[in-house]
Amino acid sequence: MSLVSIRDVRKSFGANEVLKGVSLDIAKGDVVAIIGRSGSGKSTLLRCINGLETYQSGSIIADGIEVGGASTNLRELRRHVGMVFQQFNLFPHLTAAENVMLAPTVVNKVSKAEARATAAEVLAKVGLSEKMDAYPSELSGGQQQRVAIARSLAMRPKVLLCDEITSALDPELVNEVLRVVEQLAREGMTLILVTHEMRFARDVGTKLVFMHHGKVHEEGVPKEVFAAPRTPELQQFVGQVG
Amino acid sequence: MSYKLQFAELLPYWNVLLQGLIFTIVLTVVSTVAGIAVGTAGASARTFGPVWLGRIVAVYVELIRNTPFIVQLFFIFFGLPALGLKLSETTAAFLAMVINLGAYSTEIIRAGIEAVPKGHIEAGLSLAMTKWEVLRRIVLNQAFRKIYPALSSQIIIVMLGSAVVSQISAEDLTYAANFVASRNFRNFEVYLLAALAYLVLAMLTRSLLRALGRVIFKAR
Ligand SMILES: Nc1ncnc2c1ncn2[C@@H]1O[C@H](COP(=O)(O)OP(=O)(O)OP(=O)(O)O)[C@@H](O)[C@H]1O
Ligand SMILES: [Mg+2]
Repeated sequence: MSLVSIRDVRKSFGANEVLKGVSLDIAKGDVVAIIGRSGSGKSTLLRCINGLETYQSGSIIADGIEVGGASTNLRELRRHVGMVFQQFNLFPHLTAAENVMLAPTVVNKVSKAEARATAAEVLAKVGLSEKMDAYPSELSGGQQQRVAIARSLAMRPKVLLCDEITSALDPELVNEVLRVVEQLAREGMTLILVTHEMRFARDVGTKLVFMHHGKVHEEGVPKEVFAAPRTPELQQFVGQVG
Repeated sequence: MSYKLQFAELLPYWNVLLQGLIFTIVLTVVSTVAGIAVGTAGASARTFGPVWLGRIVAVYVELIRNTPFIVQLFFIFFGLPALGLKLSETTAAFLAMVINLGAYSTEIIRAGIEAVPKGHIEAGLSLAMTKWEVLRRIVLNQAFRKIYPALSSQIIIVMLGSAVVSQISAEDLTYAANFVASRNFRNFEVYLLAALAYLVLAMLTRSLLRALGRVIFKAR
């Protein structure tokens, strides 16, 4: 049974149809790398999965919850579906630990002490034990993004959505973030990543999805797809970026 | 130009003047606290609330920002009794001040809310927080930090503007000054003293607000 099941999803912004019938099945433990040209609908698809965007037709079921329903419990959905953004989006008035503790205390109503213990654990996991009490402005981009990952992990999500989480980083900081993601993948976390890191998609991904003009144009096992892209569009894309 | 200052003639009235000063201070403090509460609610409604509520708030804000304070005050004190709502001078003064600062601070706080990056709101929502939790825990804090100087200025403007409440005989500092002047005819001394009192009050308020800001928003 799939953890996330996307069926024929269509989404328009006004007259602009951005998702033109996307279907995708994601099993527990999958590491899905979504690649594609700018404007092909990658972010929109990801944002539909946790209800940040609505869609007009089709269905998305994530961890048993139908996302697009009128009475969908978005809070319940988002407790199980985390998201990390390109721009980190750390809350600047809170320390790293406080950023991580916020949702557990507010949403899950755990005690401060328990939340702090969780924060210590997840920040250690991303290699930032010494930065618990630092403010975002005191951290490098790579450190900030690792705090953002820890912040999502504190909610114990079943799926983590990552939208180009290394694209805003200086090249020398990309690897420290990718290593954390790779570690999560090894531990069995289900990940859906929009990425431009082709090598990472090939080496860490269990599934590659190439989006083109609002559709899944090609998908398969990353190594196979990269070695022998079937469609001319993917051949061209891989040729350009790889 | 040989006017002889006679401040000694104010001495018998020190009590009146002091009470006027205290009234002005209390009026300012209460309307600041209540006005900012109104402004926070108004700004939240305009940015995070339902559209119909936002429209109502917008009408309120425009009505207040585009009419003179003294007319608002007269309307509340002299106009409302026609609807059967008779308020004392003091109540009318407090109400007018709160309504006035509420409207201005709604606009100021709204600007602060809108300056918070959308990504922070989405990050909060993605962490399963509700819209209102995001507003309270993430947005307002950042918004207030940004607009604190503007809000501080508005508080001082409103404090100085509060002199107008003397026109409905609310017994503030200006009312006290008018009263004393009408008794001893020492207009020059009385209004000079009143002006100095407002000046000192404004400068004190400014430093107080600055210090308060430093405590609330510890330097990052
Ligand atoms: N909020 C929005 N309102 C209107 N149009 C939008 C909105 N968000 C995205 N779009 C449009 O939808 C299309 C797909 O955008 P999307 O962000 O999903 O692309 P993407 O594949 O993530 O691209 P990139 O690689 O540049 O991030 C684009 O044409 C974009 O202009
Ligand atoms: Mg994108």
